[in-house]
Amino acid sequence: MIEMTQCELLIVGAGPAGLAAATTAAQLGIKTLLLDEQQAPGGQIYRAITETPVKDRAILGEDYWHGASLVEPFKQSGAHYQPGATVWAVANHTAPDAIEGFEVGYSVAGQAHMLHATHILLATGAQERPFPIPGWTLPGVMTAGAAQILLKSSGMVAGKRTVLAGSGPLLYLVAWQYLNAGIVVDAILETTPPGRLAKALPHIWGFLRSPYLAKGLKLLREVKSRVRIIKGVTSLEALGQDKLEQVRYTVGGKTETIAVDQLLLHQGVIPNINLAQAAGVEQRWNKLLLCWEPVVDDWGNTNVEHIGIAGDGGGIAGALAAENSGRIAAYEVAMQLGKIDRAQRNTQSTQAREQLQRAIRGREFFDTLYQAPDQFRMPTGDTVVCRCEEITASQVRETVKLGCPGPNQMKSFLRCGMGPCQGRFCSVTVTELIAQERGVSPEEVGHYRLRFPTKPLTLGELAALPQTDDSRKAVIRMKKPV
Amino acid sequence: MTSMPSASNAPVIIIGGGLHGSSTALHLARAGVAALVLEKNYIGRHASGVNAGGVRTLSRHLAEVPLSLASREIWLKIKDWVDDDCGFDQNGQMRVAENEADVATLRTRQQTMLEHGFTHEEWIEPDEICSMIPAITPTIRGGLIVRADGSADPYRTTRAFRFKAQSLGARFMEGVVVQTIRRVGSDWRIETDQGVFTAPILVNCAGAWADKIAQQMGEPVPLEPVGPMMLVTTRMPHFLNPVVLGTGRALSFKQRENGTVLIGGGRLAYVDRDRNLSELDFRQLAEGARTVCDLFPHMKDAVVSRGWAGIEASMPDGIPVIGPSSTESDLYHAFGFSAHGFQLGPIVGKITADLITKGETDLPITPFSITRFQQAALAS
Repeated sequence: MIEMTQCELLIVGAGPAGLAAATTAAQLGIKTLLLDEQQAPGGQIYRAITETPVKDRAILGEDYWHGASLVEPFKQSGAHYQPGATVWAVANHTAPDAIEGFEVGYSVAGQAHMLHATHILLATGAQERPFPIPGWTLPGVMTAGAAQILLKSSGMVAGKRTVLAGSGPLLYLVAWQYLNAGIVVDAILETTPPGRLAKALPHIWGFLRSPYLAKGLKLLREVKSRVRIIKGVTSLEALGQDKLEQVRYTVGGKTETIAVDQLLLHQGVIPNINLAQAAGVEQRWNKLLLCWEPVVDDWGNTNVEHIGIAGDGGGIAGALAAENSGRIAAYEVAMQLGKIDRAQRNTQSTQAREQLQRAIRGREFFDTLYQAPDQFRMPTGDTVVCRCEEITASQVRETVKLGCPGPNQMKSFLRCGMGPCQGRFCSVTVTELIAQERGVSPEEVGHYRLRFPTKPLTLGELAALPQTDDSRKAVIRMKKPV
Repeated sequence: MTSMPSASNAPVIIIGGGLHGSSTALHLARAGVAALVLEKNYIGRHASGVNAGGVRTLSRHLAEVPLSLASREIWLKIKDWVDDDCGFDQNGQMRVAENEADVATLRTRQQTMLEHGFTHEEWIEPDEICSMIPAITPTIRGGLIVRADGSADPYRTTRAFRFKAQSLGARFMEGVVVQTIRRVGSDWRIETDQGVFTAPILVNCAGAWADKIAQQMGEPVPLEPVGPMMLVTTRMPHFLNPVVLGTGRALSFKQRENGTVLIGGGRLAYVDRDRNLSELDFRQLAEGARTVCDLFPHMKDAVVSRGWAGIEASMPDGIPVIGPSSTESDLYHAFGFSAHGFQLGPIVGKITADLITKGETDLPITPFSITRFQQAALAS
């Protein structure tokens, strides 16, 4: 493909939201470019949908294969597509020519590029909520999502004796996919506290009309018939010298251990907001999902003009919702670009809007039922919180007592969140720990300030960016006395 | 200075909780004056907390040299002053010459310094640089070095000054935004979004926002808010002790104790001080990256993990405003450090405290008078 240096709409992320948005946008005559980190379209949910070695459709399930229905129209749509592309910066104020819109820095195979886009739609999806328990940094412990990616993209599983722990639909989905692939799952340690179902019941009406209901119940039944499920787990520890050897857990005050090779942790997903945050998109604390999420209107617009968000990156709602929010956002951009008028936007997006409404039914039920319990979100003692800088929960808590009021000061005090992951693995944990210690709301505590580059790049990549007269001539303020 | 201490009044109010405000509070507290510091965000939020941390007497403006050398005396005993070593290490700072023009620039500089009786900047030969820093390009032509210079951790330093000042009686209030300032009798009446504060003496350490205060006092200054950009890499094997500065090209380069490499040099971000916002300019950073890769070829594989820019004040002549107001009595300024105020923090607090408690300072501060802009305006 010839490198595209100017587009009307840049979409970041080729999951359901990005694919559907790109398809719709290109069909509406918008010059569209889709940049995606993966080598093939699909995002996380439909990871490797075009190239998975897992050919038996029953293993990954029909919901996975729905992803293929997004790829073909996308390929036909005329949207440009650059796989293997990592976006690391979006310049708004420092772009050399305002007429050309944002200047976006991205890298493909170690080569940095710049392009201009008048509109940007972030479809960066979800990431798994951090699950900070003692030993979660040991080799052999990984997230259920990571294990699922391994299965989808390479047909591989990592260890022999497998235990899954945590809560949420993905935990059971991964167990089911493992079982379908012929892998034994030794146990599922369910951390959903007793009484949650009662708390979730007021939201049951939406759930009963959810498209996920029938499939979900069938899946649950199958998993439960073939795996030992241990409910009401109140504490979890991964044990081992240099790698995982055992899992220790407590149920009803009684502590047990299981010998394992692989522990897969999962307690829900949260929006992947780093790029949005660095671009200046306002975030709010979601009290039910206990995470930061961008403030997005019904058409995908944010507080930053011409930056929109679609899919789970704008708030967790699942793949079907993502797909339709992507379409809706594309109609909105088409209107803003003058390709269609307001009435056309409203009419043409009706179907996507209806499907979106249907897709989000039952979310409150799920979200209430599977809300991650306090002790697995706000650890104590020597449990590592920031994996990059190896900062523990007690260090964070002690530092709050010393007078550190927020996550940004915590960075300065402890280097917490300053490693290469840019806070992806500790941002929510640190906010909640500080809030708990101070006895105030997470909203009041705030979140890490993030800046570009949001993904690491080498100095050599940066140095190889094309030189311009402006950059050479720019005034350097620092006085050099003679 | 006999105001009754209460929550809303103090013998001295300092606006701005950066290093200079915190240092002024410390020196006042040591003299028995319990100042109140009003900070609009939190202590060390902007340049004081996120600058490059250079503790540098090298390449100072001539007017700054006496202050810088006096400040170094405090730095050398920083732990005695603030009960914290502030991460200060004395690994030296050198400005290197990449070509013949750079050599000429540095030789002239050294000559000028000697003429003024300053001997702390020494010429260093290329082979000594190469043996000191084997990773540097062998084409280096020499440089100027101050072996007693070094670097420190900026946020930790600002915090240490604050806590030490606090332990001696100073008070710090964060999240207090100053709106208007008026004289009422012998007191300053400072209206903020958190109520009214009063004090007979006022100190303006408001950094990039200091001109708004000077303006209210009838002495406008041509201050420009700037955001010098910084990049930091992931941890690398140890290869560098001194801080390395560029001569013809802007660069400030150092490896921290944890192995990460800090790259700065005064290239500027887009800044909007009213929104506390800065945006990095990657084309500018690319120029900086090219300079680094030319001087340290192995750095092309270094992984940049973060970038940032702290907002601070720059003055057109590149030196700060320090000293009494020209329009009001009992008002003092210390701002406009133009991207090199960190090393001066310890001494500037002392100068301001001396001016308040003794009515004088033993350091030459005339070149930093706020009146120089009025004179410049009259002359033009």
